[in-house]
Amino acid sequence: MIHPIPPGTRDVLPDEMRELRRLHLALIGVFEGRGYGEVATPAIEYDEVLAQGDGRTADSAYRFFDSSGDLLALRSDMTIPIARLVATRFAGAEMPLRLCYLANAFRAVRPQRGQMREFAQAGVELIGAPAPQGTAEVIEVLAAALDAASLDRAVIGLGDADLYRQLLAEFGVENEARESLLGRLAAHDLVGLEAELSELPGVSDQQVATCIALSQLRGGKEVLDEARSLGGAAVERATARMGETLEELEARGVSERVQIDLGLLRDLGYYSGAILEVYDPALGHVLGGGGRYDGLMKRFGLDLPAAGFALYMERVHVAQIKEESRAGGSP
Amino acid sequence: MAGMGRAKADGPLKLAVPRGALLGETLDALDAVGIDTSEARGESRSLIFPGQSITLVTMRPSDVPTYVEAGAADVGITGKDVLLEQHDRVVYELLDLGFGRCRMVLAGRVGDERLGEAQRRLGMMRIATKYPRIAERHFERTGRQVEVIEVKGSVELAPLIGLADGIVDLVATGRTLEENDLEVREEILECTARFVANRVAHKLRAREVDGLTAKLRESLGK
Repeated sequence: MIHPIPPGTRDVLPDEMRELRRLHLALIGVFEGRGYGEVATPAIEYDEVLAQGDGRTADSAYRFFDSSGDLLALRSDMTIPIARLVATRFAGAEMPLRLCYLANAFRAVRPQRGQMREFAQAGVELIGAPAPQGTAEVIEVLAAALDAASLDRAVIGLGDADLYRQLLAEFGVENEARESLLGRLAAHDLVGLEAELSELPGVSDQQVATCIALSQLRGGKEVLDEARSLGGAAVERATARMGETLEELEARGVSERVQIDLGLLRDLGYYSGAILEVYDPALGHVLGGGGRYDGLMKRFGLDLPAAGFALYMERVHVAQIKEESRAGGSP
Repeated sequence: MAGMGRAKADGPLKLAVPRGALLGETLDALDAVGIDTSEARGESRSLIFPGQSITLVTMRPSDVPTYVEAGAADVGITGKDVLLEQHDRVVYELLDLGFGRCRMVLAGRVGDERLGEAQRRLGMMRIATKYPRIAERHFERTGRQVEVIEVKGSVELAPLIGLADGIVDLVATGRTLEENDLEVREEILECTARFVANRVAHKLRAREVDGLTAKLRESLGK
């Protein structure tokens, strides 16, 4: 008898589970070893509580009424539930607070894309530690997690979420026009970006060229100088922030894993300042991401800086397998 | 260079090349930037043409976003029509290559008022197309209700034998429309070939991707 399960969900059988468990233990070991205590939160929360974190991301794909008529939602990530937990349970605690998790989250899927509705994430949240030290600490933990997963070739992209918002404001572009352009930047639609920006009144060709050139700057420390040469106060501020983080990373000996990327923009609404993405050359998809969200805790009534990251466990596992077979044998 | 030390590229960059109408001009554009396309031009039935720095992989234009999104191909060339129809595919659109120019149009039978008639008397037009999402978005944006019927083959057939009141299709010269007694009623958008990249390849093979983008841009005289 075949009994179906919804597309985008799956069973895990012992062979895979054994490998996943090994990966889970390695990552949680890294997090715990660095003082991050593991927490769990319910998969189901009140929709209005999640929506406090961010209207867009908390827009859960799975919402339903329970028998008493309350609107509930399945979480779409762990950052917002942990912000809720910290505000509720750790309001008077000594900061910074270091928490980690290994949990399933739920998102909408488009059919026939091999996307998962339910997926496992492992990550950390560092609450109450400002940039640049807090950011650098999170990146250091991420680098250690990638080492523990044997992803020696993996790279951490470091960008700045405020750069284009401020740059476009500098160009006099506000409101819907700016949101539309930020959408193009996040999707990296350079053709559309150039066309749309050129059409705006008061935006010079020079400014269009600056915006396009910035979005293509990625590499080592030298790209910060290249960015600065393009000029402007927004660029100056963003490169200063990234430069400070990079100095911290150099001091911690993990800058080698980091690629400065001025074109990096994640579409999650709550990021501010540093944003992170994780890539491995063996996989065409992003392995994880994170960054700073200094405004998020405030929405839950506790005004604290925060940063963190999450790795998609299934993708990390696929990358491990591909890296192993590339190296020509089992580990 | 920081960050780049660890990411050792796996072999030559894989470039997805669209077969069909865009193939000739795509190969010309690649020739112009010094990529050897002689193998791909030959009579060979192969789909993959390995090269020194770039491997050409030939496929249907509508498959290019699929391969590039997954990273099976690092970069690719395909029409804007394909990218719009599959707009939820995550690929970076780096360059408008300018060739393969054609128009997405709404067309109806010559001298036949069925489109307007259907709209007026039934409140709804039936539109046959190979581009259901582009069509839906166009009518939604212009505030009209339509029934979009997806067909795979010659879409011109649909209004001729009564499947639909009109069609949304890609037109290069307009000859096919003419031969089938159809005419353009509305222009929806203009499409050209685009150079796209996988998100991870764009980050980890930055130098190669940027180099190729710059050369293509230069040879197009932009």
